[in-house]
Amino acid sequence: MTRITMTVDGAQVSDDVEPRMLLVQYLREKLGKTGTVIGCDTSNCGACTVHLDGRSVKSCNVLAVQADGAEVTTIEGLATDGQLHPVQEAFRECHGLQCGFCTPGMIMQSIDLLNENPHPTEEEIRLGLEGNLCRCTGYHNIVKAVQYAAREGASS
Amino acid sequence: MIPARFDYVAPATVEEALAALAEHGDDAKLIAGGQSLLPVLRMRLNAPEMVVDLGRIESLRGVSDDGDAILVGAMTTHAEVGVDPLVAEHAALVAKAITHLADAQVRHRGTFGGALAHADPAGDLGAPVLALGGEFLVAGPGGTRTVAADDFFVDYFTTAVGEDEILTGVRLPKHTGWGAHYEKFVRIAHQWPIVAVAAAVRLDGDTIAEARVGLTNMGSTPLRARAVEEALAGQPATEDAVRRAAELAVEGTNPPSDLNGDADYRRHLAKVLTRRAVLTAAGV
Amino acid sequence: MTAVQDAPTQEIGRDRRRKEDQRLITGRTRWTDNITLPGMLHLAMVRSPFAHARIVSIDTEAAKAATNVVTVVTGADVADEQGALPNAWPITADQVAPSHPPIAVDRVAFAGEIVAVVVARSAADARDAAELVDVEYDELPAVLDLKSAADDETLAHPDLGTNKSAYWVFDSGEAGTGGNADKAIEQARADGIVIEREYRQQRLIPAFMEPRSVVVDPTGEQITMWSATQIPHVLRFLLAAVLGIPESKLRVVAPDVGGGFGGKLQTTPEEFIAMVLARRLGKPVKYTETRSESLVSAHHGRDQWQKLTLSAEKDGTVTALKVELLADMGAYLSLLGGGIPILGAFMYNAIYKFPAYHFACQTVLTNKTWTDAYRGAGRPEATFAIERIMDELAAELGVDPLEVREKNWIRHEEFPFTTVAGLEYDSGNYEAATERAKEMFGYDELRAEQRRRRESGDPVQLGIGISTFTEMCGWAPSKLVGQLSYGAGGWDHATVRMTGTGKVEVLTGVSPHGQGHETAFSQIVADRLGVPFDDVEVLHGDTQVSARGYDTYGSRSLVVGGEAVVRAADKVVEKAKPIAAHLLEASPDDLEFSGGRFTVRGTDQGIGIAELATAVFAAHNLPAGVEATLDSDATFDPDALSFPHGTHLCAMEVDTETGSLTMRKYVCCDDIGNIINPLIVAGQVHGGLVQGIAQALWEEAVYDESGTLVSGSFVDYLLPTAADTISFEIDHTTSPSTTNTLGTKGVGEAGTIASTPAVVNAIVDAVRHLGVNDIQMPCTPERVWKAIRSGGKGGATEGAAMPHFDPSEPGSDSTEGARE
Repeated sequence: MTRITMTVDGAQVSDDVEPRMLLVQYLREKLGKTGTVIGCDTSNCGACTVHLDGRSVKSCNVLAVQADGAEVTTIEGLATDGQLHPVQEAFRECHGLQCGFCTPGMIMQSIDLLNENPHPTEEEIRLGLEGNLCRCTGYHNIVKAVQYAAREGASS
Repeated sequence: MIPARFDYVAPATVEEALAALAEHGDDAKLIAGGQSLLPVLRMRLNAPEMVVDLGRIESLRGVSDDGDAILVGAMTTHAEVGVDPLVAEHAALVAKAITHLADAQVRHRGTFGGALAHADPAGDLGAPVLALGGEFLVAGPGGTRTVAADDFFVDYFTTAVGEDEILTGVRLPKHTGWGAHYEKFVRIAHQWPIVAVAAAVRLDGDTIAEARVGLTNMGSTPLRARAVEEALAGQPATEDAVRRAAELAVEGTNPPSDLNGDADYRRHLAKVLTRRAVLTAAGV
Repeated sequence: MTAVQDAPTQEIGRDRRRKEDQRLITGRTRWTDNITLPGMLHLAMVRSPFAHARIVSIDTEAAKAATNVVTVVTGADVADEQGALPNAWPITADQVAPSHPPIAVDRVAFAGEIVAVVVARSAADARDAAELVDVEYDELPAVLDLKSAADDETLAHPDLGTNKSAYWVFDSGEAGTGGNADKAIEQARADGIVIEREYRQQRLIPAFMEPRSVVVDPTGEQITMWSATQIPHVLRFLLAAVLGIPESKLRVVAPDVGGGFGGKLQTTPEEFIAMVLARRLGKPVKYTETRSESLVSAHHGRDQWQKLTLSAEKDGTVTALKVELLADMGAYLSLLGGGIPILGAFMYNAIYKFPAYHFACQTVLTNKTWTDAYRGAGRPEATFAIERIMDELAAELGVDPLEVREKNWIRHEEFPFTTVAGLEYDSGNYEAATERAKEMFGYDELRAEQRRRRESGDPVQLGIGISTFTEMCGWAPSKLVGQLSYGAGGWDHATVRMTGTGKVEVLTGVSPHGQGHETAFSQIVADRLGVPFDDVEVLHGDTQVSARGYDTYGSRSLVVGGEAVVRAADKVVEKAKPIAAHLLEASPDDLEFSGGRFTVRGTDQGIGIAELATAVFAAHNLPAGVEATLDSDATFDPDALSFPHGTHLCAMEVDTETGSLTMRKYVCCDDIGNIINPLIVAGQVHGGLVQGIAQALWEEAVYDESGTLVSGSFVDYLLPTAADTISFEIDHTTSPSTTNTLGTKGVGEAGTIASTPAVVNAIVDAVRHLGVNDIQMPCTPERVWKAIRSGGKGGATEGAAMPHFDPSEPGSDSTEGARE
C-alpha cells in the first residue's frame, strides 16, 4: 500500500492504495466518483477522461500513485453552485448525448479542447475529440455542442 | 482491467532510479508516461514485480538548446514537445509528427523518451527522430553513453537501452529552415499508422539540396529511407523527380501483414506516401 | 374552481431538450457498475482460449486457497441448477439447437466461453485468482468458415451430427402473394436481364459504450437483479422460466443503460451465473465485463452470405427476385437466433413491385461467438443486398440508378400496398422523399463533377451512392410474430398515474438505453392530459415499478409503447370525467376536456386535471360507486408493423492511388410519419447513419484460423471517431402511419439500415469505370486499391492484429492472430 493525497473536485483526499490501482478505480471505488466511467481496456474510448493538473487524461491510463499530489477534476466537479458548466449546458442544448455513457469523458475532453483553442473549426473539434468514442450520436451533435459552447465563450 | 500486483517506487533522481533497476533486475519495469505500458499491465500481458516511476525526476523534463542540437528530456510530454518553440524552429518534423500521435489525452501524459524506448515500429516518433539523426542519451551504472539513431532501434519493442539503463534524453541535430512533413495513413483517426513517412527537406532555390526520410511501420523498427534521400539530393523539387526517388522507399523494408493491409499494399503505400511527404515538405 | 388559463403550447413536435440529460451531464447517472451493496462479492470469469475443445479437467484448488476468495465454481459444480440459456425463436419445427449451459460443463464451442467462475471479496482478488485456475483442454477441430460449415465437413457440435440448424423458406408462389420466381428468372434468361450477385455481410459487434454489468441481491424476500440490459421484462420472465423461480420473487431492474443497439437484447450466461451464485451464497454479487470480454463474448451481429438473382425485362422492369442466404449463428442459438435473418425475409423486395419472390435461409452453427440482433437485425442485410443489386441493374441498363428505382417502386397513390412478401405497407411517398433528397444533395451538380473527374483522369474519383430504403419495425403485432414462431408477444403496456399533488407518473413497459423515452413520452402525456411537460415523470426499466412490457428493440418503443401511453392517458380522462361532472354539478355529457381542463360547455365553469387529482386523492366528495383513483392502464397491440422509408444520397471520394476513401457529403430525407421530438429524431438518424457507414467502411469481427477473435479490442475493432465522420444534412417528408393514433413510424434503426448500401454504392460508382462492380465490406483502402488494380472485390481480411501492446514480440497473447 502506498499513501496518496490529492485534490479531487476541490476536496482534499488521502488514502492508502495498492500501487496497481488505476486512477479511475480510485475515483470510482474509493471516492465514489462514479460519474467517471470505464468503457474499454485499451485506452481507446476516452470515457474515463478527467483533468489532471488542468489537462485532460484518460484516468484508466494513470496509476492512482502517479496522481499523488495532483489536482483532479471530474465530471462531478464541473457544475458550481448548481450552475452547469457551459460545455455541460451546450451538450444538453444541442442533444450531444443519447445514452450518456461517453458523455463525462466527451465533456471533459471538449473543455480541454476549448481551453487550448477557444474558437476551433469543425475540423479542429473533430480531431480534438479523436480520443473519445461515442456509439450513439454519430458525433454530429457533439460537434455542434462544442461549437455552441465556443460561441457562448465556454473557455472564459 | 486490473493489473497484477506490483511494488512501486518513484525516485527523485536518475541515480536513484538506476539504483532501483540495479536492485530489482529484470523484475523491474520503468514507467514514464505509461500510455503504452498501462494497457499492457491492465490486460496482464506483462506483470513486473516492481514498477519504477520516472515521473518525479524533474531533471528529465524540458527542451533546451544544446549548441548544434536541441536536447529533449525523456520525460517531456508529447504535448510539451509539440508546442515547444525550439522544436518548432529546429526540428519541425518532430512537431509535425506529434500532431498525429495518438490523441490529445495521450499526448498530455505520454512522454518523448517513453514512446521511443517502447520502440513500437508503428509509433509516430521513431521515423522522424531517425530521419533527423537523433542521438540517444542513455544513463547506466557506468555513466551516460550516447547511442546513434541508427543503432538505437534493434527490433520489435527492443532498443539498445539495457535492462539496467535509462533513456534520459534525445539530442536532435538542428535542421533549422528545413521543410518538414509527416504523412500518416490510417483507416481511423486513433489508429497507429498503417504506414507513415517522415520527410525533411533542405531546399536550395528550387533544388532539393538534402533530404531526410524515415518510415513508420515498414519493418521491425522505424527505418531510414537512405536510397530515397540519396536519389533526392540535387534533384529539382518537382513531382516527377520526387516520384522517381520515392520508388526507392521500399528498399530494405520488411513490412507486416495484418488486418489493415498486407505487405505488398504497405510497400505500395510507402512509395506514394514518400512522394507526398517529400513534396509537401518541399512546399510543392 | 380556477379561472380558465391559456392552454399550454402543443408539446408534440417540439424540440424539447431532454429530461434525461441533467443527470447524464453531471455524472449522477446510475449505471449498474456503480451499484455497491453491503457484503457484495465480485465475480471473475475464466474463459476458454480455444474455439472448440473438450474440458479434460479444471483444477481450482490454488484459486480457492487464495486470500479473499470465497469460492470457485465450474460448470460441473452447478450443472443441475444453472439451467440452459433460452432460444426463444425456433424458426422451424425441426430446428437443430445445441444445449447452452451458462458455464460450459464438458466442452467449449467458442473462444471466450466461460468455464469457471471465481467469487471473491473484490474484483481485483477475483481477477488474480482467475489466473490460478488451471484448465486442461483437449482441443477439437473448430469450424470457422461459414460456407464450409454448411458443408458439414467439421462439426461445431459433434453430437448434433450437422452444423445446419434450420432451413426457412418463403415463396410468393406458394404463399399466394405473387408468382413463381424461378419461372420468371428462366423467362428473363431467354429474353430479359438476369443479374446474379453474391454479397458478404461481415460479422459485426454491437459495441455499446457501457460494458455489460450485472448485480444480484438475494437478501430479502425478492431477489433483485440490476442488469445493463435492453430487456428487463423479458429477462425476468426467462430467469423465472429457466431457473424455476416464481416471477413474484424476482425483480429485474435496468437502471441507466449505456447503449444497446440489439447487443443488450439478450439473456446472458453472466446474468444466469450471477443469479445462480447469489442464491447459492446468499450474498449480493457483481460482475462487470471488460471491453475485451465484451467483444469476445457479447453476441455479434450480421455474418451472412447473400446470393441474389434478380430478373428484369429489357426496359428494366423487375420480374423476380430470388434470395439464398447462409447465416452464421455462431456456437449457440441466441435468444432470437435464427430469427434475425428471417426478419430480412420480408424486406428484400423493399419498395419495389416484384411480381415474384423466393427467399431461403440456411442457418448454420460454427465455433465462433453466437450472433443475434444488431441495429436493424435482418433488415440492413436485406436493404444492402437489394439496393446494391438495383445499382447493378442500372449499370447493366446504362441508366441512372435513380431511374431504375423510380421505374419499379410503389407510387404514392398505390398505398396501402400489399407486397410480394405479403406485408401491407400503410403509407409512404418515395417520390417526395427522393425529390427532396436530390434537391438537398445537389444531385445534378455532383453528377457533373463526377463526369469531369472521369474525363480528366483525376486520381481522386467521385462516386454517388443511392439508397431508397424501407424497413419494417415497431416489432409487434403479437398475432403476426406468433405466426413466425416468435416465442413472445409484441404488445406493450403503460400506466398513467395522477398523484395527490396533481403530477403525473407514467409507467412504461419499454426500456430505454439512450433513446429519450422520458422526454418524448412526457411530451405525449403533456398534450394528452394538458399538463405541463415538467409535471410528467416517466418511470421505466424496473419490473416492480412497470410490471408489464416487452422492452425496447426493433424500433418499437414509440409506435407500440408510446401508443399504450396514449391510451392509458385517455383512460385517465375518461375516469376523470364523471368526477369532474360531479364536482362541477353538471352532466358529464355537457363537459369538454381540452388544455388540461374539464369545462361545462357554454359556461366559464371548469376544473383542471391536477386539481381533480387532488380531489380524488382526498376522496371527500366523489360520486357514488366511483373508485378513488384516476390511474389507468393500457395494453396496446397494433394490427401491423410500421414501414418508415427514405432516400439517402452519399458522395464518396476515392483516392485511386491508395484506395483511401473520404466522405464528401451525405444527405437523407426520411419519412417516419409524425415526429414527436425532432431533436431526438435527428439524434437517432445521425447515430444510425454512422453505424451503417461504419459497416461499410470500418467494422469487422475477424477470426484467425484457430478461432481466436483477432479484432478483440478497440485497437483492432475499428469504431469511427469524430475525426472520421462528417456532419449530415437530414430532412423529412411525412406520411402519417395509420397503425397508431400518433401517426408515428419507428426511427431507431432507419439510419443504419439505409446508409450501408448508400456508401458502398458510392464507392463502386466512383470506380465502376475502372472495371469494378463490387467491393467487399468493410471497404478498406487496401480492398479498394486491390479492386481497382484487379477488378475484383478486394479479398478477405487477413487474420492478424497489430501488436502494439505487446511488450516482447508479435504473435503472443492479444496478437495470437499473427500465428499461422
